[in-house]
Amino acid sequence: MSPEIIRLIAEATLDTLWMVAVAASIATLLGLPLGVFLATSGKGELFAAPWVNKTVGFVVNAARSTPFIILVVAIIPFTRLLVGTSIGTKAAIVPLTIAAAPFIARLIEGAIREVDQGLVEAARAMGATPLQIVRKVLIPEALPAIVLSLTLAVVSLLGYSAMVGAVGGGGLGDLGIRYGYQRFMPDVMAVVVVVLIVLVQLVQSTGDWLSRRLNKRLRQA
Amino acid sequence: MSKPYTAQQFSEAVPVQASDAAIRFEAVSKTFPARGGGAAVPALADLDLAVPAGSILGVIGRSGAGKSTLIRLVNGLEKPTGGRVVVDGTEVSALDEAGLRDVRRRVGMIFQHFNLLSSRTAYDNVALPLEIGGVPQATIQSRVGPLLELVGLADKRNRYPAELSGGQKQRVGIARALATQPKVLLSDEATSALDPETTRSILDLLSSINKELGLTILLITHEMSVIRAVAKEVAVLDGGRVVEHGEVFDVFTRPRHPTTRSFLSSETGHALPPFLRERLRPDASPGSETAIRILFRGRHATDPVVSQLTRDFGLDVNILSGSVDEIAGRPFGTLVVGLKADAPTIERVLSFLTSRDLDAEVIGHVS
Repeated sequence: MSPEIIRLIAEATLDTLWMVAVAASIATLLGLPLGVFLATSGKGELFAAPWVNKTVGFVVNAARSTPFIILVVAIIPFTRLLVGTSIGTKAAIVPLTIAAAPFIARLIEGAIREVDQGLVEAARAMGATPLQIVRKVLIPEALPAIVLSLTLAVVSLLGYSAMVGAVGGGGLGDLGIRYGYQRFMPDVMAVVVVVLIVLVQLVQSTGDWLSRRLNKRLRQA
Repeated sequence: MSKPYTAQQFSEAVPVQASDAAIRFEAVSKTFPARGGGAAVPALADLDLAVPAGSILGVIGRSGAGKSTLIRLVNGLEKPTGGRVVVDGTEVSALDEAGLRDVRRRVGMIFQHFNLLSSRTAYDNVALPLEIGGVPQATIQSRVGPLLELVGLADKRNRYPAELSGGQKQRVGIARALATQPKVLLSDEATSALDPETTRSILDLLSSINKELGLTILLITHEMSVIRAVAKEVAVLDGGRVVEHGEVFDVFTRPRHPTTRSFLSSETGHALPPFLRERLRPDASPGSETAIRILFRGRHATDPVVSQLTRDFGLDVNILSGSVDEIAGRPFGTLVVGLKADAPTIERVLSFLTSRDLDAEVIGHVS
């Protein structure tokens, strides 16, 4: 493999990391409050607003049921409006974020719903406001599960990021398709796959480790 | 300390001076709306109850009797459908959420499953209600330490709940409930998840808190032994109503309502030893003895009635079973005797015993 190809692979890896990192961060900023809202706005819950809950839930489901590659092209005008271009790594971040945010929201909703309702009752009995219950009880108690959820989201984003090559997004997936597949360079394809496997492993073990560390329900060794 | 009730007044609405009661339920009813097409569920019906300030009142009832609803009305976790709930002079049932939060910060609560935050250490769990109340960090630090000391967990301050035993968790729960220096403590089946020995130590702790801090405690339980160990007064809840209410000693020694009797059936003095229960027949047969249960309460607990029966009635008194116990610090004895006598004589014996202020009843015949 020529130094040129190795440089391309390194660049593509950085592109992928950058896209995924930025998309995951923004999607978390959007998905966390959305997930908390979904988990607490049902009938008789802290911020009871059943209709808003149902509406938001429907939008989230709609976004999640759109195949990613279709989402990428469908929102091109929006992407252009937002970042001024519809091609390149920067443009790819927009559909990645929009795909990940509702996914993260649902995962965080699940994590929050796992928190023992007895703790919510105890906090209410202490005179906590709904916002205090979210900040001091729900999120800290759900944190280990939230970390695992975000890990899962990042791993999924690594997979999605391979598809943004369709709009010139760059990154490892794009490199694999253009060099490995279209230029018949199976070694490039193999390296791309191996790099992705290593990335996924790293993300997953970091997430597992962090979640375990935060989980005080397990006795610390 | 006032004594607004006697056992004789059970299940009647007795007015209590406002200053006497830390918690008052006035004609409180609570009906839960129908779910999934079923009928509306009444949990409490026209309930009157007062918890005197500084007292420990235990509410006992079976599951579904309305205990949990009752205790949750005090801090507004549930709202009554009718009537008033007054806590420390504030009508809780009339407050909005903001007003309720204020009351809740003055009412501590402990739970069956402790409800400690697993992500916080013992120290931070106790600090939580203070953080919620906006208490400055310096004050929090000065208050949490002594509280952990009070409940005997000073050395566990940096432990997480997962590293504590059930009893230790409940101690953290108690320290947490006391953090805001409340006047009223609610105990929701606080010992039901604990073994007997731990239960005992938690109840002792509640007792000493009641004495030392002058805290009013309302506790709900399904175990008479809990009531007996700590409560001064007991209210028996059945079908959403208070069917019996009085001082623990009176209710334990003279239960009137069938529900109370059934709760007491396994308690000392009320339970018959198995060998006796098996031999007991409802009807007399030739040569059988009439079994009479005599309850010795308070100052008569040590009267020498057996010798009096022998002397005055010329009867042979066969002692079938007996025990002397202490309830709420007062002696309480039970004696089951067998008498070989005809019905009129038994009648005379019963009226003699009653005249000596002893409770006596024929419980059957032993052949």
